[in-house]
Amino acid sequence: MADIPLLSVEGVTKRFSFNGAPITALEGANLAIRKGEFVCLIGPSGCGKSTLLRMAGGFETPSEGALRMWGAPVTAPGPDRGMVFQDYGLFPWLTVAGNIGFGPAARGRPRAEVAETTRRFVEMVGLTRFAGAYPHQLSGGMKQRVAIARVLANEAELVLMDEPFGALDAMTRENLQRELLEIWARTKLTVIFVTHAIEEAILLADRIVVMSTNPGRIVADEAVALPRPRDPTSPEFNALRRHFSAMLGSHH
Amino acid sequence: MDAARLRVAGLALAAPLLFLLFWHVSTAGRSFSLIPPPLEVGRQLWDLAFGGVWDDLYSGTLAEHAFASVSRVYGGFLLAAACALPLGMLIGRIRLVREALDPTLQLMRPIPVTAWLPLAMIVFGIGPRSAFFLVFLGAFYPILVNTIFGVRNVEGRLFEAAAMLGVSPSAVFWKVVLPASLPSIFTGLRLGLGFAWVVIVVGEMTGVQTGLGAIIMEARQLSRTEIVISGMIAIGLLGYASDALVQALGRRLLRWSPQHG
Ligand SMILES: Nc1ncnc2c1ncn2[C@@H]1O[C@H](COP(=O)(O)OP(=O)(O)O)[C@@H](O)[C@H]1O
Ligand SMILES: [Mg+2]
Repeated sequence: MADIPLLSVEGVTKRFSFNGAPITALEGANLAIRKGEFVCLIGPSGCGKSTLLRMAGGFETPSEGALRMWGAPVTAPGPDRGMVFQDYGLFPWLTVAGNIGFGPAARGRPRAEVAETTRRFVEMVGLTRFAGAYPHQLSGGMKQRVAIARVLANEAELVLMDEPFGALDAMTRENLQRELLEIWARTKLTVIFVTHAIEEAILLADRIVVMSTNPGRIVADEAVALPRPRDPTSPEFNALRRHFSAMLGSHH
Repeated sequence: MDAARLRVAGLALAAPLLFLLFWHVSTAGRSFSLIPPPLEVGRQLWDLAFGGVWDDLYSGTLAEHAFASVSRVYGGFLLAAACALPLGMLIGRIRLVREALDPTLQLMRPIPVTAWLPLAMIVFGIGPRSAFFLVFLGAFYPILVNTIFGVRNVEGRLFEAAAMLGVSPSAVFWKVVLPASLPSIFTGLRLGLGFAWVVIVVGEMTGVQTGLGAIIMEARQLSRTEIVISGMIAIGLLGYASDALVQALGRRLLRWSPQHG
C-alpha cells in the first residue's frame, strides 16, 4: 500500500477543439505525486500546465488516459483537492471568515466546529484583524491568503495552485512563498504548484516537472536536493537556475 | 468636517432655492398667471395635509390619498416581485424555461405600460384595479430583466470554487447563484419601485376616486392648479422617501458589493 501515489497521471492526453480545429493541449503525460511532496510544474505559456492542473482538480476530463487519487479515478471536483486560482475566486458576499469557513459549512460540519476551524485558519494566514472584511477591501496578497486558508480549512489533501502569486508584487510574493513553505512544512500537505518563474520553482519545490509546448508535454522531472531554507543568492541555487534555464531554452 | 458638510448641504439647497425664487418672481402679483406662486401652493399643501385654511372638499385629505397611492404602489410592486423573481430565476437557470418563455416576454416588453391602460380598463373596469394592474406591469419587467441578468452572469470561477469546496450541485443555487446575483436583483427591485411610482399616477387618472393621481386630475378639471402642484410635490416626496428606504436597505444587505456598500 505504501507505494500507491497520492495522485497518478497515467498516459493523459487532452485535446480541445478551438474554432472546430483540434488542439492538443497535453500529450501522453505520466506523473506520480507522493504524499507530502511539493511539486512545481514549470514551462512556457501554452504548454498545458493549467490543463494538467485542472484535470487533477476534476474541472476537465482527459481525452485519453486517466488521473487517479489514491488509486480512484478523478471524475469531478471534490474537497480532497483544493484549488487556489490566480484570480482568487473568493465569494465577494462573504467576509474573510465566511470564505474560510465556507467549505466546512457547505459540507455540513457542526456550527461550533466550523467556527473553531475558521478561527484557526484565519489566524494561520495572519488575517485575524481582517476576519470581518469583505474581499473587495483586501489587497491581492491578502485575498490569496484567504484562498489558501479556505482550502486548508476544508482539509484538502492535495493543494493545486495555478500561478497563485503571479499577479502579486515582488515583496508580497516573497512573503507568501515563505508563509506557504512554513504551512506546508507544518501540515504535511501535498502541493502541485504551477509557475513559469524558474526561481520560484527552485525556491519551493522538492521536485520540478518541466514541460514544453507544441504539443504540451512533460520533458523532465527532477528532484531539487538543496537544503531548506534555500538561499536564492547561493552558488548552488544559481547553478540550478542556469540548469533549468538552459533546459527551458533548448525546448523552445 | 462640519464646514464640509455645510458646503454640501448649501450646494444641494442652492438649486431648489433659486428655482423657488425664480418661480416666485415670475408668478407673484400677476393676476393672469397660469401658474400660482409658491406661497399659495404652500398654503394649499398645508390645507390639503392639515385643513384649516379653505375647509373645502379637499381639506385634510392628503393622508387618505397618499395612503391609497402608497398601498397600490407597494401592493402592485410586491405582487410583481413575487412573480418576477421566481420567474426570472427559472428563466435564467433552466434552459427549457428560457427557450419556452423568453421570446414571448421579449416580444411583449416593448409595449409601453401606458398602452396597456385601455385594455386594462376593458378587463378590470374603471377603478383602482386597473391602476393596480398597471403598477404591477410597470414593476414586473425591470425586476424580471435584472433578475435574469444577475442569475445568468455569475462568474464561472465561483462555480468552480464552490465545486472544489464540496458544494453539492443541488446546493449551488442557494450557496452561489442567489447571493452572487443579489446586486442585480436589487437594482431590478429599485428600478421596479421607481417605475411603480411613475405608473401609479397614470393609473389613477382614469376615474379612480382616491389617490394622488386622482386628485391631480380632478383638480385640473376644477382649475385648482395649486392642488395639482401640491399633489405633484407629494408624489415627489413619497417617491423620494421610498427610494431612500430601498437604498438604505441595499446598503445594509449589500455591504460586500463595491457598487452598493
Ligand atoms: N478550454 C479550452 N478550449 C480550447 N483550448 C484550450 C482550452 N484551455 C486551454 N486550451 C489550449 O490548450 C493549450 C494549453 O493551455 P494551458 O493549459 O492553459 O497552458 P499554460 O497554463 O501552460 O499556459 C493552449 O494552446 C490553450 O490555448
Ligand atoms: Mg496557465
